[in-house]
Amino acid sequence: MENKTPIVKIEHVNKSYRKGTHIIPVLLDITLDIMEGEFLALMGPSGSGKSTLLNLIAALDKVDDGRITVGGIDITGLTESELAVWRSVHVGFIFQFYNLIPVLTAFENVELPLLLTGLPGRKRRQHVELALQVVNLESRMDHYPAQLSGGEQQRVAIARAVVTDPTILVADEPTGDLDRVSAEEILDLMDRLNRESHKTIIMVTHDPRAAKKAHTIRTLDKGVLNNVHPEATP
Amino acid sequence: MYILKLLLRNAFRHKLRTALTLLSITIAILAFGLLRTFIGAWYAGVKASSANRLITRNAISLIFPLPLSYKDKIRQIDGVKQIAYGNWFAGFYKDEKNFFANYAIEAKNYMELYPEFVVPPDQKESFLRDRKGCVAGRKLVEQYHWRIGDIIPLKSMVFPGNWEFVLRGIYHGRDESTDERVFFFHWDYMNEALKKALPRRADQVGWYVVEVKDPRRAAEVAQAIDMTFKNSLAETLTETEKAFFLSFISMADAIIVAIQLVSFVVIIIIIAVAANTMAMTARERIGEYAIFKTLGFRGWRIAGMIVGESLVITMIGCVVGIVLTPPAAKVFSRYVGTYFPTFRVEIETIYMDIGASILVGLCAAIIPTWRALKIRIADGLRRIG
Repeated sequence: MENKTPIVKIEHVNKSYRKGTHIIPVLLDITLDIMEGEFLALMGPSGSGKSTLLNLIAALDKVDDGRITVGGIDITGLTESELAVWRSVHVGFIFQFYNLIPVLTAFENVELPLLLTGLPGRKRRQHVELALQVVNLESRMDHYPAQLSGGEQQRVAIARAVVTDPTILVADEPTGDLDRVSAEEILDLMDRLNRESHKTIIMVTHDPRAAKKAHTIRTLDKGVLNNVHPEATP
Repeated sequence: MYILKLLLRNAFRHKLRTALTLLSITIAILAFGLLRTFIGAWYAGVKASSANRLITRNAISLIFPLPLSYKDKIRQIDGVKQIAYGNWFAGFYKDEKNFFANYAIEAKNYMELYPEFVVPPDQKESFLRDRKGCVAGRKLVEQYHWRIGDIIPLKSMVFPGNWEFVLRGIYHGRDESTDERVFFFHWDYMNEALKKALPRRADQVGWYVVEVKDPRRAAEVAQAIDMTFKNSLAETLTETEKAFFLSFISMADAIIVAIQLVSFVVIIIIIAVAANTMAMTARERIGEYAIFKTLGFRGWRIAGMIVGESLVITMIGCVVGIVLTPPAAKVFSRYVGTYFPTFRVEIETIYMDIGASILVGLCAAIIPTWRALKIRIADGLRRIG
């Protein structure tokens, strides 16, 4: 890692869900710093709270208490409307099931986040073409998601995630729905984005091979964050 | 452009469902349009009525006649410009099913009082000269393939005997609201025949049409006419032509109210159909709305997408329905033309169609929008995969 500034600062965060009259604790007193340019893998068994933590970092969910600061902004104090704007600028999302809009072409899917930036159409086109070049899919820009393989769809999703040049990239099981070869391609692409573009990546994964691409591996178990994994390779 | 493309593609994502919804909306708009046209046709006479014409009839009922001698007395009343009179003949052509409006009129004044019935001057002249002559509306002439000079036999349900008339003129309406299915002939011709066959019924008229000099004095003149014949054997009831037609319509008030209610029920039905489609759509796409939210789309944008899609579907159905309404009304008018001679789709009906469709589009989107906005992003994303 070249820069040691924490881009994400999580301080004593707790999160629980209510199921009927029961309150189920999901995250317990989580404190974590993620450095700028870091590639962090969050691992742990199902239900350990890793996706919940990722959602909190990306402002998709609210903390019960504690504080999360991203790029110097305390996102726990923002309103829903402010968070929406904040997400559009600062976070790129990569999901397990790609989450592309089926009625939009690859080009249009990548263009989607740019609609919120106020960029003129010509500029948007330039950005989209560049993002699709990065994921090597410029030749398939007019294809709909259903006409693309799983790996290609995930590459489109990555292009959509990076097209606005966000502060952090969050990936929730990005290879979970892919075959081995496609998964390797996606991991290489993420690795390249981290190394060459210095993107801060926070990835939730079950896959140890995926986790090996990360600089740091942190494991969660029953809502408790363990120390730095001994096999982490920063 | 991008958003419009997205709305259209979303609207037609489930082609069969959208097609069936569109069909429902189209049929509903068509039904709504026809029902409103039906109501409009009922009021066509009211709309076509003139502010400077009064109708004087027997105060007891229209079926009781008035003496012909009233004509001169009415004419002398201050404010009266001109007077004509007529009788309901209740005739049919060859067969009872060939029934249409036919009146015995005091021709010269009557034609002047009703400039909306436009007769070519030569034909008018020919009609006025011939006591057996008659004038018929363009649509009526077309229906029975009559030509100028044809002898037209009528049988009356009120005045016995076989009556024959010579077609001397064909009128057309001054505007679309004018009834072009009426048959006029000379009152004198009928009266002469009655004098021979039924002298007790001669020299009597069904109603007087009175033209007032100043429409603002219509009420005053009407009152003066009725006062003139107060305590006579045949007291009169004089009212504006509009009030006269409205009194007819009021007899069928319950039916009109029922039709109006049905037309609004039709709108409620399309709201239910469209709302069902939109609810299914929103339920299926809740994950996608979560994606939009994830990417930073705010509530109003997502609401705009749902409302927009709902409006796209309802407005397409509306346009198809509006396009189909006039030809459907034309077909409809063939069957009810005798009763509703001016059965045509009014521009107000089109506006109501559009207004109703917008209302349906907005109402149908309320619950789906509420659901989409209410869903937490994390919950929405969990529904994908």
